[in-house]
Amino acid sequence: MRAFLENLDRRWIFLLVLIAVSTPILLKLTFPEAPSKQVRTVFSAIDDLDDGSRVLIALDYDPSSKGELEPMASAFTRQCALKKHKLYFMTLWPQGTPMVNQAIDILKNEFPDYEYGTDYVNLGYQTGGEAVIKKLASDLHGTFNVDANNEILKNIPMTQNLKNVRDMDLIVNVSAGDPGTKQWVLFISTPHNIKTVAGVTGVTAPTLYAYIPRQLSGILGAIKAAAEYEYLLIQNYPELKENPKAKEGLRRMGPQLVAHVLIIVLIIIGNIIFFTGRRQGTSV
Amino acid sequence: MKRTIPLIIASVTGFVLVGTFFIPYTRDWGDEVLEWFNILAAIAFILGGGNLMKLSLQKISYKRPGWGYAAVTIIAFIATLVIGLGKFGVAPVKEYPTYSLAGPYDEQGSGFWWIFEYVYYPLAATMFSLLAFFIASAAFRAFRAKNVEATILLSTAFIVLLGRTYAGVFLTSWLPDDNVLRLDNMTEWIMNNMNTAGMRAITIGIALGIMSTSLKVLLGVDRSYIGTDDG
Repeated sequence: MRAFLENLDRRWIFLLVLIAVSTPILLKLTFPEAPSKQVRTVFSAIDDLDDGSRVLIALDYDPSSKGELEPMASAFTRQCALKKHKLYFMTLWPQGTPMVNQAIDILKNEFPDYEYGTDYVNLGYQTGGEAVIKKLASDLHGTFNVDANNEILKNIPMTQNLKNVRDMDLIVNVSAGDPGTKQWVLFISTPHNIKTVAGVTGVTAPTLYAYIPRQLSGILGAIKAAAEYEYLLIQNYPELKENPKAKEGLRRMGPQLVAHVLIIVLIIIGNIIFFTGRRQGTSV
Repeated sequence: MKRTIPLIIASVTGFVLVGTFFIPYTRDWGDEVLEWFNILAAIAFILGGGNLMKLSLQKISYKRPGWGYAAVTIIAFIATLVIGLGKFGVAPVKEYPTYSLAGPYDEQGSGFWWIFEYVYYPLAATMFSLLAFFIASAAFRAFRAKNVEATILLSTAFIVLLGRTYAGVFLTSWLPDDNVLRLDNMTEWIMNNMNTAGMRAITIGIALGIMSTSLKVLLGVDRSYIGTDDG
């Protein structure tokens, strides 16, 4: 048995991972979530704003991180729409445009009263990364000039009197790397004291905790935080209870739980083999 | 001359940008430079595309290992560029019903949208998902409690792995909600305290490193970024 495990072909491990991930998906397993303090802080940052506040939603990610970040972007969009906030969407990633469109589709399908130009606007993609963020602090019209549909911002009701990003009440950034949350913190939230919250991947989250709470109000890290956020959102807005699209993060926690347990079991087995081998003088 | 002029441009631009942060009078200069930066960034896309073509064509031409992948890269690059710029499958907009090119290139149903939705998105998501398989395999083979440091790392990993799922809550649900020994609370404590302390130290270290490197570049001490005379 030990010899078999010691020389285990990695394809067996791949098969186990496949089973671990696909079983909860097929069985539609979901688990209850207990929202953490961090998640509650982010939730309150949006919820405590007066209805109709201006919120900039920057979706700086691409399809490779969509599985982890889309539930956050969707939850933020739904919460803002339920609070009737004025939403300004943008992205600094070339592949981020469809991510913004998907968030806007939520408004079109679930909040038909939301009108383009008066309730939300899509500023689209702008090249330049952190330079764009820096310029937004002084001149919105000089940075974007037109929206994603090539309409001049001066002709759009909700942008015509907007000078710069300092007119926003809150910045919500969903990011998978650079340019992303770190740049928003360095060039906007810190120098101009604008409240900022973020949703980030599990890999990025540890690098951003250092900015909490003074430079960054709070972050959602990885799909676990997204699921907790959805749970909290449904608790506060029961009308979302029947909406399966509002539970994507919760649904994705099933595979995550089984995969994490499998990894722990694999590590334990690996260590048992290692220590048994060391005792017998065969391990290195 | 070939090296001196780029050095002067980099140095002057760098010092002006540093100055704009501290001198309110010069703040507009910084905004002006950012406009140039945006233009340069847009041109960099063309440069990047050209470079991709050059390197891939060279690989195919010399039949270097993996030249087949280079051929796929070129075909995909040209196809996406032509379909996107040519606005294939784009419907005319209301204002200009006779001009199909007036619609947005990425609208739903267009060729570019189709490529993104059904080619790029599944490929990118698949690449990222493969990580789960390799992490599991690597965890089985390499994550060993060989010494004290590795054992601490392993224990922390177990706590965070369990604490980031419902398993953590379930296993220690018999403890009071605010008990620090609950796995979910321990995970939060590790992330908020130990991780933050370490990351702050690393971030400050990196910032100091960037400052000294930037100063060397601005003063012309470090000239490696303009390459060598060999070309």
